[in-house]
Amino acid sequence: MTLTAQPVREELAEFLRARWQDIVRAWSAAAVFGHADPADTEDECAELLTGVAQAIREGAEGDPADEGFSAARSVFGPLVAGVAAGQGGRPDVAALKAPLLRLWSEHDKPADMAADGAVALSTVVDTLRLLLLEMELESSAETIRSQREQLTELSTPVIKLWDGVLAIPLIGTLDSMRSQAATENLLEQIVAQQARVAILDITGVPAVDTMVAQHLLKTAMAARLMGAECIISGIRPQIAQTMVQLGIDLGELATRASLADALGYALHETGMAVVADQHR
Amino acid sequence: MTTVPTVREVPIRAEIGIVQVRQAVREVAVSVGFSLVDQTKLVTAASELARNTLKHGGGGVAEIELEQRVGSTALRLRFHDKGPGIGDVELALRDGYSSAGGLGLGLSGARRLADEFDLETARGEGTTVTVTFVAAGPAAR
Ligand SMILES: Nc1ncnc2c1ncn2[C@@H]1O[C@H](COP(=O)(O)OP(=O)(O)OP(=O)(O)O)[C@@H](O)[C@H]1O
Ligand SMILES: [Mg+2]
Repeated sequence: MTLTAQPVREELAEFLRARWQDIVRAWSAAAVFGHADPADTEDECAELLTGVAQAIREGAEGDPADEGFSAARSVFGPLVAGVAAGQGGRPDVAALKAPLLRLWSEHDKPADMAADGAVALSTVVDTLRLLLLEMELESSAETIRSQREQLTELSTPVIKLWDGVLAIPLIGTLDSMRSQAATENLLEQIVAQQARVAILDITGVPAVDTMVAQHLLKTAMAARLMGAECIISGIRPQIAQTMVQLGIDLGELATRASLADALGYALHETGMAVVADQHR
Repeated sequence: MTTVPTVREVPIRAEIGIVQVRQAVREVAVSVGFSLVDQTKLVTAASELARNTLKHGGGGVAEIELEQRVGSTALRLRFHDKGPGIGDVELALRDGYSSAGGLGLGLSGARRLADEFDLETARGEGTTVTVTFVAAGPAAR
């Protein structure tokens, strides 16, 4: 994508070479990147300018995918990451345009190149902005995706307690998405590990309302269809009392006070017994 | 006899609103000195009514009020929506009745959990459910 005629590009290259220091200084003064150390800022501006010069030389000032903009990528990368992590402000790339155009207007050049050159310089800064925006979008999409994954994963670890005995400790507020993920995860593991008993531990659930109760009942029903019996453990006294008053009936679902009790019951159900070692 | 109630308002427009109502209710309940059992009852009732506001009422608002009574403090939760209203209140309050594939225990259960319960509704005009929980003793500051 060549936007600018060859002679103009040569003139621009000459301009960038001749006014290199001035541009770097003007860009640094624009305080686009908000570094504490001015030397860092100058280094980054110089790196940016190197890439800009390359893109213009190749007539690729409007193409963020061009090799010339890879320098900008490496400058923007840490800044975008910093902003995503809540450190530092968003770089104001648009502020690079005015000093660049001012210096270009002062530059001694054939008059018929003034407009085309300004367009090319303006385009290159716009492309930098576009690139930054793309990088920010990628970064936030990435952040959201990984947080969501972490959350879903965190909330639904299925633990193998014994051959054929699985436990899933449910934690926090069970919104529809997380309880859905928990159920799917558990059912998959029941099949994969040929589990006979699955323990749903709700020690970490602060309140059991009708939605949570219905979720437990549905999960137990699905598990039964896969050949596993469900046990609910960790119902704390205040939750038990509240559930009774709410009118929730867990039906035939086995319940145990603690995870340990549930494991004992599960072992019994799977034909295992824990006995004291008489030889010690 | 009574002092001016403290009011907190929590909008319920999405699932996150239900979580915020629960958190706000628990905070206020703890500050007033409700027992752990009562806190759990309050939070559970709030969760039910907030979800009804969202699911059946199309969203609305929860108001939390504190009322000083002689020798006790009352925590009142008011859930208000401008949804379709409840046509048959008696039916809606029946254990196990749900128009939406739920357990049908939210409304009736909240009534059992609360010390006082009030339901105002009109077809096409919305629903307001008020539940009051009374803690013994004056509010701890
Ligand atoms: N705010 C409301 N606006 C309109 N209809 C409501 C409202 N609250 C409750 N209802 C009606 O009353 C019925 C019973 O409510 P209830 O909370 O007991 O059950 P549910 O919400 O359907 O299921 P769940 O047991 O999960 O709460 C609802 O199915 C609904 O038809
Ligand atoms: Mg309900």
